Amino acid sequence: MQLSEVVVEVKDLFFSYNSQFVLKGINLEIRKGEMIAILGENGAGKTTLIKHFNGLLKPSKGFVKVFGLDTRKVSVAQLARKVGLVFQNPDHQLFAETVEKEIEFALRNFGFEEEVIKRRVDWALNLMGLAEYRDRSPFTLSVGERKRLAIASVLCYDPELLIFDEPTAGQDYLQKERIAELLNLLKTRGKTVIIVTHDVEFVVTRFERVIIMSSGQIIGDGSTREILTNLNILSKARLLPPQIAKCAWLLSDLNIPKDLIYPEELVEKLKDLISGGHE
Amino acid sequence: MDYIYLKDVTFTYRGNNKPALLKINLKIKEGEFILITGPSGCGKSTLCRLLNGLIPHFYSGELSGEIKVLGISVIDTPTYELAKYVGMVFQDPENQLFLSTVEREIAFGLENLGLPVKEIKKRVEAVISFMGLESIRDKAPYELSGGQQQKVAIASVLAMQPRILVLDEPTANLDPYSSMELLNMIARLNRERKMTIVLVEHRLEALLDKVSRLIIMNNGRIILDGTPSRVIIDKKAKIVGVPKVIEVYEKLKNYGIDFGNPPLSPEELVNMIKSRVGAIERGSRRG
Repeated sequence: MQLSEVVVEVKDLFFSYNSQFVLKGINLEIRKGEMIAILGENGAGKTTLIKHFNGLLKPSKGFVKVFGLDTRKVSVAQLARKVGLVFQNPDHQLFAETVEKEIEFALRNFGFEEEVIKRRVDWALNLMGLAEYRDRSPFTLSVGERKRLAIASVLCYDPELLIFDEPTAGQDYLQKERIAELLNLLKTRGKTVIIVTHDVEFVVTRFERVIIMSSGQIIGDGSTREILTNLNILSKARLLPPQIAKCAWLLSDLNIPKDLIYPEELVEKLKDLISGGHE
Repeated sequence: MDYIYLKDVTFTYRGNNKPALLKINLKIKEGEFILITGPSGCGKSTLCRLLNGLIPHFYSGELSGEIKVLGISVIDTPTYELAKYVGMVFQDPENQLFLSTVEREIAFGLENLGLPVKEIKKRVEAVISFMGLESIRDKAPYELSGGQQQKVAIASVLAMQPRILVLDEPTANLDPYSSMELLNMIARLNRERKMTIVLVEHRLEALLDKVSRLIIMNNGRIILDGTPSRVIIDKKAKIVGVPKVIEVYEKLKNYGIDFGNPPLSPEELVNMIKSRVGAIERGSRRG
């Protein structure tokens, strides 16, 4: 199988704030169409890392290339058309008078035609369930709604690489499902998606690749199954295992494999274990 | 006596036409540990605000029905009086902390009550020791992690020795490990101190095996109210998303493997399976 093109390349990346290193030797390759979740405790360096992907931060040592461009040599504006970053706190990016104008802003900046702008705004509003708020001030919305507005204002200009910092924080179950559907849609459109999150249960059934960070380093990078069933890595990063992985691990003395992550897999094994004993 | 008593309570915030709470009936007894959950906008935060009098004393609107806390009418009692009985902890501890050290922060509310210095010192020491805050007692709140800040916010509320503790999404800004520590601590307060607790949270999977009662709200109403094992298998509970162990339990049930009560944690599911397998093995040895 031929591998798709490399979208992000990170080589020996170090980054320091006030002479303290927050990132210590990150190496990473992200390919077109991948869906990646970056996990780790607060202060592990997750947000600092993704801010390198749109050029907002520049490496102290090493380099980051995004779509082949060395971020030290290009401006945020040059990358903005292809890289959309949604911050953890939506208030860091919202400023317009109305919800509609908020979404239009980037589209106007990129010089889209009026007709296209109108269509894109309607699409993004509907997709994020915000159509009824189009004339309201963003600051009259709830935190969850503001967060979805921040997502909508990035979606509308259709970047190739989308990065979401904590998209499910403060969202209830139904809104999380809506965000999951959005991620699926992005995947079917061939986009590359990176999320930063604490939400292991959200990641486990929806992402193919997981990266675990701790103290400015990557301590795990691989398939979701491999990483989220490695209790050693999880505990180093102070993460709790997904419920199914935990059950499987506690049942390993009954010959249940330790690397289960889906309810269906566990159910199959348990059926054999229990009714097998009957017959 | 009911610690909390709500009868036919309906509340509409000023400027809204849709009620935030609609005909709420709720009785809570001493020592209960209640988890309230539901989709955003379901009315759970509004319900919390009623319990310490923020509604109707700070948030205005149209309120009807009867609300009593420890037999005292919330509508007729000022909030500073209610604060002695009902301690309140919010999502964002930063809004609650403002003093130079953890110790002073905890003492602040007690000084306001006009308690003697000796009593204040005694209570501060007791809370610091119960919450394990010895190592950070001289630190400023801004030097602390989110999890530590939230513990200090709870400590300063506990020092007031309330009879009821109300927490509105206290782990919203914490990472999973700090959340788990905080929720374990809250469970310990209920277990060891018999503290009556009303906790609003989305994180069902971390709490089902700890609480004594689960309430699910939607559109301003209570739609389910009962023990966690009864509520969580109700079809209506699907709107809050059920934990994966419940999914496994229900799928096994469809295959004719029924464990009776649902497992409320991975440990419970594992124990159910192990005792079932053990019984089968003992049976086959005998046969």
